[in-house]
Order: sequence, then C-alpha cells, then structure tokens
Amino acid sequence: MDLTFNARERAFREELRGWLAANPPDPEPVDGGEDAHFAWRRDWQRRLYDAGWAAPGWPAEYGGRGATLTESAIYFEEIGRARVPMAANVLGLLLGGPTLMVWGTDAQKERHLAPILSAEEIWCQGFSEPDAGSDLASLKTRAVQDGEEWVITGQKVWTSGAQYSKWCMLVARTDGDAAKHKGLTYFLMDMEQDGVQVRPLRQITGEAEFNELFIDGARVAQENVVGGVGNGWKVALTTLMNERAGLGFALQIRLRQLLDDLIALAAERGLLDDALYADALAELHVRCESLRLLAWKGLTDVERYGQPGPEGSLVKWLWSDTNQRLTQLAAEVIGPQALTAGTAWSYELLRARGNTIEGGTTEVLKNIVAERVLGLPRLKVA
Amino acid sequence: MDFGLSEDQREIQRTARELLSERARPERVREHAEARSCDEALWRELCDLGWPGIAVTEEYGGQGLGVVALAVLCEELGRVVAPVPFLATAMAAAVIEHGGSAQQRERWLPGLASGATPGAVGVAHDGVAELVLDGGAAQVVVLVEGERARVAAASELDVRPLDAIDPTRSAARVSFGAGAGEPLSVDVDGGVDRALVAVSCELVGVSERALDMTVAYVKERHQFGVPVGAYQAVSHRCAQMLLDTEKARSLSAFAAWTADAEPQRLREAAAMAKAAASDAGVEVSAGAIQAHGGIGFTWEADVHWLYKRALVDAALLGGAKHHRARLAGVLGRISAAAPT
Repeated sequence: MDLTFNARERAFREELRGWLAANPPDPEPVDGGEDAHFAWRRDWQRRLYDAGWAAPGWPAEYGGRGATLTESAIYFEEIGRARVPMAANVLGLLLGGPTLMVWGTDAQKERHLAPILSAEEIWCQGFSEPDAGSDLASLKTRAVQDGEEWVITGQKVWTSGAQYSKWCMLVARTDGDAAKHKGLTYFLMDMEQDGVQVRPLRQITGEAEFNELFIDGARVAQENVVGGVGNGWKVALTTLMNERAGLGFALQIRLRQLLDDLIALAAERGLLDDALYADALAELHVRCESLRLLAWKGLTDVERYGQPGPEGSLVKWLWSDTNQRLTQLAAEVIGPQALTAGTAWSYELLRARGNTIEGGTTEVLKNIVAERVLGLPRLKVA
Repeated sequence: MDFGLSEDQREIQRTARELLSERARPERVREHAEARSCDEALWRELCDLGWPGIAVTEEYGGQGLGVVALAVLCEELGRVVAPVPFLATAMAAAVIEHGGSAQQRERWLPGLASGATPGAVGVAHDGVAELVLDGGAAQVVVLVEGERARVAAASELDVRPLDAIDPTRSAARVSFGAGAGEPLSVDVDGGVDRALVAVSCELVGVSERALDMTVAYVKERHQFGVPVGAYQAVSHRCAQMLLDTEKARSLSAFAAWTADAEPQRLREAAAMAKAAASDAGVEVSAGAIQAHGGIGFTWEADVHWLYKRALVDAALLGGAKHHRARLAGVLGRISAAAPT
C-alpha cells in the first residue's frame, strides 16, 4: 500500500494548479441567460485548448498529453478545486472523442477529434428515449438505409446541450427483426438540418440543461456510422463506460467544497456544538472521505492490476446519496435562505434530486452491484 | 498510489486464510461458543506463528511488520469469529507500545508479543470498566479513562468474569483500586488509535463474512419458484451490505496505512474507520440475519455469532456516535485535501 502520489503525478498537479491560478476564467456572466453562460464555457474551453489542457487524457497524437488515468483524475480534482466552469464540450471530450478512438475509422478521427478539442463543434448524446431509459436497448428510433445515407425517425430525451451542438452521438434501430441488443447502430448525426428539432426541457430547478430531440427524416451519411452497422450496443457501452470515469473526481471535489462551506456555516451558527448537527456533519465527512478513497482505489486498481473492483458502481451511488443528504441538511443549517428561490443553496438542494437518476439510477446501480459484483440471480420478468 | 497489499502482506493474508479455514471451521467455533471456552490449541498455534506480536517492534520480541499486517490478521480472524484473545492482546500491546515508557514496554511487551501473557484494554469510568473484552484471561490490563491510561498486572486488580452477549470470547468487569498499576504517559492516543484500527479491521472481516454467507444463502433458498436473491427487496439490501462493507474497508485500510506511513493523520483516520466499521459491522450482520429469514433467527444458523461479535466490537473503545462526535470536534480544522 502506498497512498501517496509519485513525483511525476505531483509535478502534473503543480503545473496544472499553477496554470489555473495564472489563467482564471472571466467572471461568470450575470446577464444573457443560458446562451451567455454557454458562450462563457466555450471561451473557457478554448483557453484550455490553447494551453494544451482541454483533454490531457487524450493521446498526444490527437492533441492530448497522454496523461495516465491517475493524472486525468488529478486533472478533474484540480478543475473542481479551482471552481472553474466545465468545458463547453464536455460530452465530446469525455465520451465522443474516446469512443471514436476505440471504434472510429481513421477518416472519422481525422475529421472530428480536433474540433471536439477546440470546442469548435459541440457534441451531444442521443441515447435515452421517452420509453427507453434504464432499459436503453429497447429504444425505438429507427434508421432506414437510402442509398449512401440513413434516414432517421424518432425521439430522444435528456439531451444536454443539444441546442448548441453540431453532432449527436445517436443510437438507432437499424434491424427491427434482430434481438433487442443486436439491431442497433451508432451514428454521428449532424444537428444542423431540418429533420432535427430541439425543444428545451425545463427541470425542477427551472433551468433547461436538457432537451427533447424530435427527429423526422434526418439524414446521416454512411461515413458517419461508427463501429459498423448492427454493432451499436457495443459502441454505446464504450461511451457509457467513459461517462462516469473522469467526471466523478470533479463532482467529488465539488461535494467536498459544499461540505466545507456547510461546516463553516454551521460553525458560524454555533451548530457544531449541537450533538445532532455535529453527528450529521461528521457522518457526511466520513462519507466524503470513503468516497475519495473508493474512487482512487477503483481507478488505481485498474491502472495497476488491470482489474476493476466493485468500486465503480458504488462510487456514483454513494456520491449521489451523499450530495442529497448534504443539501437537505444545508436547508436545516441555513434555514429560510436555503429555501428562497434563486439562492445557491436552494439550487443545490433541487439539483441534487437529479443525481440519483442521471447517469444510471440508484435502482439500476443496485441491480448492477447485485448481479455483476455479488453474482445474484436476475429476476426473469414475464 | 496503490491500495494493494505488498507481496509479504498478501502472503500473510493467504497463510491466515488457509490456516483459519482449517482450524476455525464453523463447527469448531460453535463448540467453543457453546462452552464459552477459548480455543487454546488455536491460540497456541497463533502464538507460535508470532501473530500477537506482528506489529510490535522486534526490540520487544515482535515482528515489527506494522499496522497494515496487523490489520490483515484482524480481518481474517474477524471473518471466522475466531474464539481466541488475539484482538485484546494486540490492542493492549499497541497501547503499551505507544503510551508506555521504555521500562513499561520492556516489562510488558515481550509477553504480549509472544502471547505468553495475554492482555486486555478497557474503557473505564471512575476506575471501573464494565465490559473488558477477554479481561478474564488477561494477565495485563490497560484501562483508558478519558485522556489517561493505566496499566496493571491482572493480579493487582479486581477482575470479575461475566458472560458477554458474544460467547466466542470471554469478558470481565475490571476495577482498578486506588494506586493499582502505573500510569501510561507517553503517546496514549497513538496507541488507542492503533487499537481502534485493529477493531475496525476485525469488523470489516465480520461484515465481509456476513455478506458472503448471505449471498450464498439467497442464491440457494427458493420461494415462489425462484431464488429469493432474485427479488430486489433482497438483492438491493445485499448491495447496500456491500456498500457498507466497502466504506468501512476503505477507511480501515486508510487508517492502517496512516499508522505506518503518515501517523500525523492517524487520529482522524482511526475515528473515521471506527465510526464506519461499527455501523457496517452491526448493519451488515443484522442484514445477514434478516436475509436468512426464520432460519437466521435460530441458534443453529451461524450468522448470530457474527452479529454478536459485531455488537461487542462496535462498542469497544467507543461506538460510531462517539467517534463522530470526536470528528465533529475537529471538523473545522480538518483539511480534507487529497493525499499529496
């Protein structure tokens, strides 16, 4: 056991921390709504890109730094710690790019990777549908071949950033007769065409991070099939596996910062001397620390032994549950101010509700743990 | 960063698991639990292997292999609910090694390290410790009271054996009369923290075994024509048991590592480990009884030994709430930066 970082990793952290300190983003725009906010994040990614910090985990040949898994995790810790915005093209950087590196043709990599990195072209993810959430493979959006093109018809939902996107990672059914996982194909769909309509989906916070996508006869060129026709499920799994990898470290640091803020507020109000509040805050501290350890254990076990432990599924479950507990406790510590619309804590309180749903519901994660980690039988549904 | 054990530590783990699967079979543990007797043969064997002194420095007759190695043994002994005074002796050694003067170490550690003079640690109020694990057989007893600790030969003390809820180990009520023993005045906290790590790791072993038994049972047991483990009401509780176990394991491993590598962080790490492991041990073994259904509530099923062991361990040196209260006291000062 050695729970320290090596010299190279420490140097990586120092270099990044130094760069972030010397190159802070512009202040967050107060006017202009979501468009102005997105433009701000796009500008920020451009600066990261210019300095070679947009995606350090990408291989050098594609414009990254060939950072190790540990260094990539350090990157997200530092991004979280510096409280800088998330890069605008986060889905392209974390999901789209890495998926193309595994499944894409040389021409696709040549065409797409550079504009992902520079935020010139934003990517979104068209997987979920109104009737295909946790049961993703039951999706119904259809793709029918027409000469050198595919014609897509269907509906997608929870599509973050669709209104700003040039490309959509889209999974559609190309063979209605094949078994449910077999008839799927993974496409890159150009969002800038009449067959694609984007409608914002207001969430309980009042903002619209997500969209619905109405696709009616949209066309995708044959060259934009990723990983071959009928292979969409495997390609989609590559995307999904990347979904939780890096971002988790940024979210954890964010959780830690929220907890530190809450402890400070509790101290101001004298609540650290109240046994009930003290117990609840200490429990959150214990959870945050075990979360940090589990995340690092999961990552470094893969790096050193090539074998993931059970941590992956547990980390997202524990993080989401802890963030909900924390924000609910905050409402009690802070009182009316946390319950006033428009305050930072009221936003956190409501936004946290999504945590146990997005990126795999807690119920699905428990199924995964039960079936794949513990080897329990799956209930056959008639 | 590497959370894995070293080759030597893995070897210790392998040896322990093989030996205990042979020598501490469930039927043998049951025999001793029902007779409320220590497994003397197993204890002698563990002493011959030098286990009680695994973390004691070589200068005092130990093996000097560190707290991580001790943690490995505690976890394995917890898994099988071994009926031996190992934990009590190792805890006493830890407190004396760090809290004692050179003379005190010289006097007590060799016997604790070899197992020749088993030890015990109790938490006292007004000189009386109501439940001292393995206090009956101990020849040297450490009593911790607040910030202070004293050590004494059992012969100087009033030791009254009692039947604790966990019959796999003995227990006693111990009172220190005025002037009995000597104060320990070096780093008592450092010793108690290492003892906390040892109990936490035993609780991780108990949790792990409770989960293993549960998973095996719910795969086998059929109701309504399917294995009960296929029902999400059951399988999701099993998943929760794994999460609780892994939380406790990660924090206990971290605490063991800080004891050897970054002792300045041990205080906080030991409190976190004991808080998480106490909760996990009780919750997971209670979940095991529930998942076993009616059979889990019978004397015949072996899951209750785990629950009883967990209840006693969870209370040793303070329960989860006690350690969270300690943490809360320093929350404002804790910098939870990632280890650098």
